[in-house]
Amino acid sequence: MSQIFDLVPIWTLILGFGVFFYVLLDGFDLGVGMLYGLAHDSRSRNTIMNSIAPIWDGNETWLILGGLGLLAAFPVAFAVIIPAVYFPILVMLLALVFRGVAFEFRLRDSEHRTFWDYAFCYGSGIATFAQGVVLGSFIQGFEVSNGQFAGTSFSFVSPFTLLTGIALMFGYALLGAGWLILKTDGEVQGAARRHGRICLVAVLLAIAAVSLWTPIMSQSIALRWFTWPNALFLAPVPLATVLLGWFTWRALGSTAEATPFLGATALFVLSYLGIAISLFPMIVPYHFTLWEAASSPRTQAFLLIGTLFLLPVILTYSGWSYWVFRGKVRGELGYH
Amino acid sequence: MPSFDPVFLSRIQFAWVIGWHILLPAFTVGTASFIAVVEGLSFATGREVYARISVFWTKIFAVAFGMGVVTGIVMPFQFGTNWSQYASATANVLAPLFTYEGLTAFFLEAGFLGVLLFGRKLVPQWAHVFAAAMVAVGTLFSSFWILAANSWMQTPAGYEIINGAFFPKDWIEVIFNPSFPYRLAHTVFAFFVTSGFVVLGVGAYLISTKRGTEEGRVMLSMTLWFMTILVPLQMVLGDLHGLNTLEYQPTKLAAIEGRYDTARPTPLTVFGIPDDASATMRYALEIPELGSLVLTHSLNGEIKGLKEWPADQRPPVAVPFFAFRIMVGCAGLMLGLVALGGWLRWRGQLFDTPIFLRLCQWASPLGFVAVIAGWCVTEVGRQPWTVYGLLRTAHSVSPSLTSADVTLSLLGYAAVYLLIYPTGLILMLRLIRNGPRPEGVQEPGLAGHKPVAGDQSPVPIWVGTASAAKGDVR
Repeated sequence: MSQIFDLVPIWTLILGFGVFFYVLLDGFDLGVGMLYGLAHDSRSRNTIMNSIAPIWDGNETWLILGGLGLLAAFPVAFAVIIPAVYFPILVMLLALVFRGVAFEFRLRDSEHRTFWDYAFCYGSGIATFAQGVVLGSFIQGFEVSNGQFAGTSFSFVSPFTLLTGIALMFGYALLGAGWLILKTDGEVQGAARRHGRICLVAVLLAIAAVSLWTPIMSQSIALRWFTWPNALFLAPVPLATVLLGWFTWRALGSTAEATPFLGATALFVLSYLGIAISLFPMIVPYHFTLWEAASSPRTQAFLLIGTLFLLPVILTYSGWSYWVFRGKVRGELGYH
Repeated sequence: MPSFDPVFLSRIQFAWVIGWHILLPAFTVGTASFIAVVEGLSFATGREVYARISVFWTKIFAVAFGMGVVTGIVMPFQFGTNWSQYASATANVLAPLFTYEGLTAFFLEAGFLGVLLFGRKLVPQWAHVFAAAMVAVGTLFSSFWILAANSWMQTPAGYEIINGAFFPKDWIEVIFNPSFPYRLAHTVFAFFVTSGFVVLGVGAYLISTKRGTEEGRVMLSMTLWFMTILVPLQMVLGDLHGLNTLEYQPTKLAAIEGRYDTARPTPLTVFGIPDDASATMRYALEIPELGSLVLTHSLNGEIKGLKEWPADQRPPVAVPFFAFRIMVGCAGLMLGLVALGGWLRWRGQLFDTPIFLRLCQWASPLGFVAVIAGWCVTEVGRQPWTVYGLLRTAHSVSPSLTSADVTLSLLGYAAVYLLIYPTGLILMLRLIRNGPRPEGVQEPGLAGHKPVAGDQSPVPIWVGTASAAKGDVR
């Protein structure tokens, strides 16, 4: 069976979907973590933290699916990319540890609450920056020999990865602002609308900068973008981005409560697709294609059987979990 | 002496992050099941005391589980950051097992955990019981898959090797490899016993300090019954696991026994100082023929010594040898305590013998000690291989790493874990000290209820100075 069907496209879709889900879900809660640092009083902070407290660990487990899915479906890519971003991954993991324990520790350790407040927002910010650096390194490409990463643990450092790191911080903060507008009201929501607009401007500038920089840095991407007829198909993408930016700006200033989050999500979808279109079919830019990096058909088939059954189940009860905690949060909403 | 090369430093780092991480599943796997049972009893009987016990343990569970999630996320990335050659060689066989662990278990736990922790008043009681059961089932699935992968590294089966990489031939053989059933049973029982002794100790504490006598009695009595069955059973399972090791991993067994020379009949080395360089056991205290009796169940069985294998295929002896004796020592202490408890129960003095209640509290950490010791036995005993007999640890490391890289990351993990774990422990002890308060009486300092005086800092966190941040660290 597995020899007849090529499972690589299916796994590409599953992994692509999984990584995007992670970016969207942990993206908004990391963003909420950063905006938490801008709140003025502990009542708002409690409200902000409670808006993600019941769902953050479910969101974060998509990172495991992303990491392990890459290892299982495209082991060659995993073995090159992860050691190449040794320090960004280290920093991300340590920052995620800090912000993760802050949820519980902040409540239980009231003498050091301020410390855990710092841990929560700095942890969120640093983890996001590190993820942006990983993304930038990925687009930038890696040195490879004999199927293993051949650079040093500091090869990732460049102005481009710095830019993508900062860009992702504004991106996640925009998603976080959208989430807070959806889940809160009054003062907290008002602040989220103002912060959201600042983040939106920064995000649009960053998208523009990355879009100009990438074709200069990579000839293959430049070729893909600017040759006929690709240019014709790709022309609407920047236009759609501008329109979406305008739409989200208006939504942030209106009384709409769901549209800012939807607008931010749509911007992420576009950027994500943009990267995918630019790099396809590379999974280790510019060395291995998806097919070259894939695990054996038997491995992919074995994992696919369970995944096709489990993924809908996971989505269903994740949805149920979100449904249980629907509506506006309040600072004093029963904890435990 | 090991040199501080990237391989050795990466091993220390892996041992460090997994050693701390495993303490949490060791506690949460059993506690999740305990909460599910108590929730079920509360639903079935309607007795208030069960609900209070569940609320009490759920709070402690939440702290441990949160730490378990974040330290667990660290684990899969270790394969990539530090062990990329291992990752590319074994991914075709092992990665699906790791992924199934993530899919079936982590999601099940994390997804239902929110409802278990926050949803008590938001969902009907049956749904809450269901969420508790699902979290417990999730932890068990998690153990199943991760131990299948670990066992395959100990006793690989169902694979073929093509160009230096492992490929699957038969998934049933891969998953149900020779050591898996024993390891799964022995580890899950170890986790149940570990949480059991924590609950036992906490119950004893609540009784003797009168912070929750009724709840403490239920905890003590119920767990003591469980432990009366589980502790002896666990010792039998350990024996079976040992026999399996003798068959499939003879070098590990020789290290456990501290046996360099093959002997028939084999004495049991109770104690000694192993010296790998000269391959001799110094100051050995031996009991004649007992080794044969324990391991081959006959008085004249032969046990192979490490000298049967080339020096570069032997594990270091000291760690497995001593760790095994610590583990068995813990088991003996636990069995003694359970026996004492049974005798006191028969005499009707279970709840009012102060020395027994004190002993139960002291015994609380025993399970953790035994788990870490057992982990050292099995993992160090597998050396110098990551996949026993087939893939060397030295050939598993990421080739791009320098000693400086790994030293830096190791320092990072050391610093963060040394801050997180003591804090977590203090907070859990504080929750225990608060005791199971009656429902409706809220804890002080609960979110939004009573903002702590002086907490209303007018300055946003990002604006606050770095020195203010430092001032908050103890």
